[in-house]
Amino acid sequence: MELTAKHQEYWRKNLLITAVLLAVWFVVTFLEAWFARELNAITFLGFPLGFYMSAQGSLAIYVIIIGVYAWYMTGLDKEFGVDEGDLE
Amino acid sequence: MSSQAFTHSAFNRQLKKYYGLYTGGFIGFVVLLAIAEQMGLSRQWIGYWFLFATIGLYAGIGIMSRTAEVAEYYVAGRRVPAFFNGMATGADWMSAASFIAMAGGLFLGGFDGLAWVMGWTGGYCLVALFLAPYLRKFGQFTIPDFLAERYGGNIVRTIGILSAITCSFVYVVAQIYGVGLITSRFTGLEFGIGVFVGLAGILVCSMLGGMKAVTWTQVAQYIILIIAYLTPVVWLGMKHTGVPVPQFAYGYTLQKVGELEKKINADPKELEVRKLRTERGAAAAAGLKEPDKAFAAGKGALEKSVADARAANDAAKLAASEKALAAYPKDVDAAKKMWTADRAQAVRSAAVTPHAQPFPGKDQAAQDRARLNFIGIVFCMMFGTAALPHILMRYYTTPSVQQARVSVFWSLFFIFLLYFTAPTLAVLSKFEMYSNLVGSSFAALPAWATNWAKVDPTLLSIRDINGDGIVQWAEVVIGGDLIVLSTPEIAGLPYVVSGLVAAGGLAAALSTADGLLLTIANALSHDLYYKMIDPTASTTKRVTISKVLLVVVAITAAWVTSHKPGDILFLVGAAFSLAASAFFPPLVMGVFWKRANKWGAIIGMVAGLGICIYYMMRTYPFFTNMGVPKMELWFGLNPVSAGMFGLPVGVVTIWLVSLLTSPPPKAVQDLVEHVRYPHLKGDSVVSEAR
Repeated sequence: MELTAKHQEYWRKNLLITAVLLAVWFVVTFLEAWFARELNAITFLGFPLGFYMSAQGSLAIYVIIIGVYAWYMTGLDKEFGVDEGDLE
Repeated sequence: MSSQAFTHSAFNRQLKKYYGLYTGGFIGFVVLLAIAEQMGLSRQWIGYWFLFATIGLYAGIGIMSRTAEVAEYYVAGRRVPAFFNGMATGADWMSAASFIAMAGGLFLGGFDGLAWVMGWTGGYCLVALFLAPYLRKFGQFTIPDFLAERYGGNIVRTIGILSAITCSFVYVVAQIYGVGLITSRFTGLEFGIGVFVGLAGILVCSMLGGMKAVTWTQVAQYIILIIAYLTPVVWLGMKHTGVPVPQFAYGYTLQKVGELEKKINADPKELEVRKLRTERGAAAAAGLKEPDKAFAAGKGALEKSVADARAANDAAKLAASEKALAAYPKDVDAAKKMWTADRAQAVRSAAVTPHAQPFPGKDQAAQDRARLNFIGIVFCMMFGTAALPHILMRYYTTPSVQQARVSVFWSLFFIFLLYFTAPTLAVLSKFEMYSNLVGSSFAALPAWATNWAKVDPTLLSIRDINGDGIVQWAEVVIGGDLIVLSTPEIAGLPYVVSGLVAAGGLAAALSTADGLLLTIANALSHDLYYKMIDPTASTTKRVTISKVLLVVVAITAAWVTSHKPGDILFLVGAAFSLAASAFFPPLVMGVFWKRANKWGAIIGMVAGLGICIYYMMRTYPFFTNMGVPKMELWFGLNPVSAGMFGLPVGVVTIWLVSLLTSPPPKAVQDLVEHVRYPHLKGDSVVSEAR
């Protein structure tokens, strides 16, 4: 079928949220690891921060990234009428 | 639609009820065994009960889920709810390495071990954002299916089949190895027999019911493995931190570990042992160069001191030198063994690196290289995660695109539960060992230490090197697997919990092996046989062929395993690098760039894989020792991270070659549009395809 302007808009929004979440992922993964030595000078909950992020913090943020994406896209599907109906 | 909605939610409710009952039943089973242990049930029988009850259970689920229908066999009928698919993916994902070896790696490697923890979780962000929803909308059966449909032609499919089989096979060998190890350790069966007992469990389950049976078994296995992992850690955590969620409170334990590390590094007795270690290492290296001569010289010197003492009539000296002579190796072979151990253990002469310190190294350059390799492992494990077919395949099984997205969330959540516990366990056991093992006297070692040193010296060996009767940290040599295996005893729990841990490790290894074997058998039966050799084959014939192939592949893998091939951790790492180089670029570009075409994909996959394999062959000692000319590491990056070169080369090649050749046909571009939208008017045909 031909895609309407509305469909294009849906895809653009999908790309945008993907890019934003990917940027967060990049920061808490690669920037965090690169500067782990410097981050370790900060103490958080009794942990050196660099260690804490690699052992727990970044992992929790990964879970949140995926949760936010699933939640946001469920809404976007409905808003743009490309959802699959109620299949729960 | 409404009747379907009803069945889906009713199905979900029913599953929750069954697995709730199952979890309660399993806990009851453990409690019963604990009571039986108090009444005198022997350890070996506890081991047997766990082994045969759990394998019997998995086989039972397999038999109940037997099927000969194509959609049921390949994708579990596409009705696995997000929550349960998450659990199944968790079990599929977490292997023997995650369950048993990871905490040990973190114990021994400190901060640098966290690269694996980050890599094996962060990869799910890529799965969620780039792959799972689109593959689900595409809605076929295998990963080569997608590549073939998107890029057209059998060349792409063939490369896909070869890559899928290579990485899955390498990985499955490691799993079967784990099965053999656990079974033999906890029941006393021989390694080879252990392999085949485990294999029987895998086969009954996956052969009868394919993906359907594997899915429902994996959910059951996840529940066992997570209970088994968390129970002893929570207990040990209560002991040291006073709260039942030590994951949030072990920061203070880590500080105490840091103080003990400083104390150990300053202790003169430790320095003395380290010096002795260095000397022994040097003597061993010399001895290994000319074993016959060194053996004769060493023995001669001892004999001479016995003779001297006898001549001088010095009884005390005579006794001491006779004892030394008796302890000396009986022949050259025994001496070689001792020297090899001494040389290997000379690394224990190094000072303790603080647990939380990133990228240790002797100078700035070495530290920066350690950092680059940390990043390299994170990179390859993440992109490899997002490219391993046995994981991606799981997202074909959800009822909808929306459920596929939610399912990635549950997958990582369930994986996270174990992965953020492993670093906790590493710190808790380090604290335990620094404070209770170091400084204890050899006459009164903690009971768990005595037991494990007796059971398996490769896991724990303590030798009084400086002869002062007190344990110094440099006298302790630990094998990584000890950490998880010994936790129940360190925490003072009854043996039944050790049996539970073994059952958990077995569940982790079996569930991953199930998924991998199914991937390989499906690549052969569906992609190679049905799609390329005989497209008119009946559904019964396709499923039957798949079942036969599964048995053949499983037996081949067990046969390879029984030869105990070399470095398993490298093999696992290599599987990720290979998957990242071969699959990630064409899969993701196939969805996000309409212009990517057939030749781009073919040349890109070959180039990515080629660079990856080339780098490993030229730098990894296993290959260079076989005569492949050795070359310098690029940027000092270890061979296991070869995907860091392979993946970018793949992306750039696909891009360049696609632009230089003509755009893909209209039908393919329509397919790309199709997968980008969960539902378009008038589609639903392909995604429901049986």
